[in-house]
Amino acid sequence: MMLSKRIIPCLDVKDGKVVKGVQFKNHEIVGDILNLAERYSNEGADELVFYDITASADGTTINTNWVNAVAEKLAIPFCVAGGIRSVEDAAKRFESGADKISINSPALERPDFINELVEAFGSQSIVVGIDSKECDGNYSIYQYTGRPDQMQKANRNTLDWAHEVAERGAGEIVLNCMNQDGVRKGYDLRQLNAVRDATTIPLIASGGAGQMCHFQDVFTDTNVDGALAASVFHKEIISISELKLFLRQKGIRIRP
Amino acid sequence: MKTVIVNSGCANIASVKFAFERLGANVNVSSDLQEISKADRIILPGVGTFDFAMSGLIKNQLINAIKSLSQPVLGICLGMQLYFEGSAEGVAQGLGLAKGMADKFLSEPNLPVPHMGWNQLENLSDDPLLKGLDEGSYVYFVHSYFIPLGETTLAETTYGTTFSASVRKENFWGCQFHPERSSDVGATILNNFLKLS
Repeated sequence: MMLSKRIIPCLDVKDGKVVKGVQFKNHEIVGDILNLAERYSNEGADELVFYDITASADGTTINTNWVNAVAEKLAIPFCVAGGIRSVEDAAKRFESGADKISINSPALERPDFINELVEAFGSQSIVVGIDSKECDGNYSIYQYTGRPDQMQKANRNTLDWAHEVAERGAGEIVLNCMNQDGVRKGYDLRQLNAVRDATTIPLIASGGAGQMCHFQDVFTDTNVDGALAASVFHKEIISISELKLFLRQKGIRIRP
Repeated sequence: MKTVIVNSGCANIASVKFAFERLGANVNVSSDLQEISKADRIILPGVGTFDFAMSGLIKNQLINAIKSLSQPVLGICLGMQLYFEGSAEGVAQGLGLAKGMADKFLSEPNLPVPHMGWNQLENLSDDPLLKGLDEGSYVYFVHSYFIPLGETTLAETTYGTTFSASVRKENFWGCQFHPERSSDVGATILNNFLKLS
């Protein structure tokens, strides 16, 4: 018996609606937060992630009303992200019923913030999101990725940062491989393996899922703990229940 | 029937409350000694650190009140670990209702810590809390410390080592996993807890 691999739909939230853009740009509305969350939970999603993609770049934080509404309905864990800049911001999300919070740009601005959150809430509830891109054979971090006009390269190497966030006590890393994001050509297996080797905390793959076999590849060829995807689920290109059956048939440990 | 969730100062209370409300239970969150002592069902939740949780109980003068409860109590995650004598996570004394200490998972290349995600229940005891559950049922875990197997163990889970997924000491039941986040299996357990006599 072992831990099962997690299938995690990601809901990018903008102005209270679920949206999806290609490589972080040109967002289109794909649905209502609660309806989609419930649908995914019923289809067997193991966890949900909500990213408020405007909050981080805007300097605002996510609205806790929908966090509360999601917590009331769902009986699976979920993580919220977007513009959490203080321990108080995080506390409000947890009080509203979120199981985990994920931080990205604020951690890059002030890495000690990770330690403060871990101290207050424990490692298990603190996720660090990393947006990473391959340039000239190196993996580099990007920040403010919610807004194309503000997006910028952070002066950090992805593998060093992954190692550092784990050392600081983060409980999980979601690695979004930006070269692959939204183009549905498969997960960046090479980068995921490199980051897997750089840290021992749970690692979630993000960016690139287009077909069921991409999930099979990421669970077979890398030792990630879960795979996150957005558009293939929102657009019903892949059904979560069919995906989980497919992966089980391939011998991958998946919760029915 | 009145269910009270002990306000331990820990953060994940809302999701526990909502889970019981989905089952139609009348639930309050309280750190008031009287209200807790009078409740029909008591939940001891927990996210955070062992020492922080124990200091919260001490601050609210709840230690003796909790230890003297005779109605069904459900400790969740860290709340269950508080039943024991202590934890490798800190220096605080636990409630000492049961013998043993929480231990830390060893981080190995193929075993990321925390143990986070859906894992299976094995060797289920014939206990009313677990009524209707199948061997191998999946439940959701998030933790870095665990209670080793012992005489209080009701169900086991394996992650590198095999540990107590659920325990019982008289009227004190515990789940290392989060029933409030374990979909239908979790709802069955919470419903069983409400029906305990």
